[in-house]
Amino acid sequence: MQTADKPYRFPDSHGHFGPYGGVFVAETLIPALDELNAAYEACRSNPAFIAEFEYELKHYVGRPSPIYHAKRISDSLGGAQIYLKREDLNHTGAHKVNNCIGQALVARYMGKPRVIAETGAGQHGVATATVAARYGMECVVYMGAEDVKRQAANVYRMKLLGAKVVPVESGSKTLKDALNEAMRDWVTNIHNTFYIIGTVAGPHPYPMMVRDFQTVIGKECLVQMPEMTGRQPDYVIACVGGGSNAMGIFHPYIDVPGVRLIGVEAYGEGLESGRHAASLTGGTPGVLHGNRTYLLQSEDGQIIETHSISAGLDYPGVGPEHAWLKDSDRAEYVGVTDQEALAAFHNLCHLEGIIPALESSHALAYAAKLAPTLPRDKILLVNLSGRGDKDMHTVAEKSGIQF
Amino acid sequence: MIPFITAGDPAPELTVPLMHALVEGGADIIELGVPFSDPMADGPTIQRASERALVNGMSLRKVLALVSDFRATNSDTPVVLMGYANPIEAMGVDRFVAAAGAAGVDGVLVVDYPPEECEAFARTLKAGSMDPIFLLAPTSTEQRIREVATIGSGYIYYVSLKGVTGSGALDFDDVAARMPQIRQGVGMPVGVGFGIRDAESARRIGEVADAVVIGSRIIEEIEDSPRDQAVARVKNFVEGVRAALDQIQGAPR
Repeated sequence: MQTADKPYRFPDSHGHFGPYGGVFVAETLIPALDELNAAYEACRSNPAFIAEFEYELKHYVGRPSPIYHAKRISDSLGGAQIYLKREDLNHTGAHKVNNCIGQALVARYMGKPRVIAETGAGQHGVATATVAARYGMECVVYMGAEDVKRQAANVYRMKLLGAKVVPVESGSKTLKDALNEAMRDWVTNIHNTFYIIGTVAGPHPYPMMVRDFQTVIGKECLVQMPEMTGRQPDYVIACVGGGSNAMGIFHPYIDVPGVRLIGVEAYGEGLESGRHAASLTGGTPGVLHGNRTYLLQSEDGQIIETHSISAGLDYPGVGPEHAWLKDSDRAEYVGVTDQEALAAFHNLCHLEGIIPALESSHALAYAAKLAPTLPRDKILLVNLSGRGDKDMHTVAEKSGIQF
Repeated sequence: MIPFITAGDPAPELTVPLMHALVEGGADIIELGVPFSDPMADGPTIQRASERALVNGMSLRKVLALVSDFRATNSDTPVVLMGYANPIEAMGVDRFVAAAGAAGVDGVLVVDYPPEECEAFARTLKAGSMDPIFLLAPTSTEQRIREVATIGSGYIYYVSLKGVTGSGALDFDDVAARMPQIRQGVGMPVGVGFGIRDAESARRIGEVADAVVIGSRIIEEIEDSPRDQAVARVKNFVEGVRAALDQIQGAPR
């Protein structure tokens, strides 16, 4: 385990987290990534950039997000105390917007008037469309044709915000194909286009840059938890699809001794069923979307289709820094099934009056398993990464209700 | 002339006949695409070819078996595999290089292996007497050209436009202007591809480059042909390009 006397310094200058990460892209993208790298280095050390980012987070997003002691859930479980980091209260309803504001400000610094994004369920697309409207940028969102059908409300939201939504008909017609298509747009329109990637994946510097923008979550917790409880938590728990909300809350805790970091993957219909999206606990290392990381792939190295009730976790890869935290044992990765996540969803609704996103419900479900095994004075901090309004349709359908 | 087809498209049993047809039509080198589920650098045409090949059960292992079959009757025409990193990493680099060498592969172009991520791979390939082929783009810097010259061998594949395979807009003057700098920088032959659609565009590129690479247009020919006519039509198309290249004064490739 990493301790305070051995500070954690990743990635290296080439974007490697141990054997993971890197820049696995075609030559045509290399100059664009070099340009982005230079721009981001200039921005991250510029006090005016940092001040504007913080101003936007405070006045536009509504940060800091509070931490809430979920007493009734904790009491019902009869063990450790559960605290929720309320990213669901952000403008647009999830943590995604933190990163979108950061990247839009970098895009503006670079003089790029057009932003593009990929989206699965539509949350990152909505967040990107939101900041594009806020900064007066043209916005194109790539979305798998299957997802466009499943997420009609979010498609309409993006259009209301002035974005163009392009359905992607290739491959499995889901998130990974939307990402491929966004990359193709970027390589064709590099001169005026900035690609806002929604998670801590992709070629360097994206995993580092997205992480940096999301660490506002964990940095706030470092201050808020001692204020509320007199100390740091024993466990920090977050769901992991691509892994941006988890990395945002984990990263500031990496050098804090005694805090266990637990990432919760989507086991879908069960790890054994093969129908899941658990890259870290059910996959093997490989190269996809510009980085080396754990992937769900066939024996022949083809990427396989994933399944999760939560569209935001339905991705066959994972951010390379999670791969490194797993291999170096600084973080632990587990999973919960669709059913377990749904049960946690309903519990939070009934006992705390909070409707969580299905993604975040995975973290809640694991906390609900862990809490009863621990004494009452232990503290679990769960990242409630988003709210569940977008999931009404999915949950209603599971309960046999049609709108 | 370097034509490209995707192994296993439209059917695995047509790949070797198509390769022979390319040679009869005048190919100097064959680029054989290894299908991948997520071909990020390719346009819709080659994506579709990859999808058809995967539906047909194609895999890297089977691609190597097809190269062996081709070698049973053709020991001269160089074969370059073109694909993505993950199928190779899934097989294991050492196993792949040994199997590719045994099958009779001459060069390998891994689209998402830029020089900085594949030094060991390039070394292993060279130790197996195969060429690591690299891409250069209109946006590549002088330093980049030098890096690629150091690590690559065989030839350089110059991507003639900003975009993906099969795109439309090809700027002949731009290619012509960049060619001397690239040639001089890499010290090996330069093939130009991405956006070459017909005999005329091939001829114009052929006037300034050492070789022309044609991919998407051949895949379209395969897509548009009834199954039993695909081989003949591809051969016919390639012959047309060859004839156009042969009209060029000097040393057309």
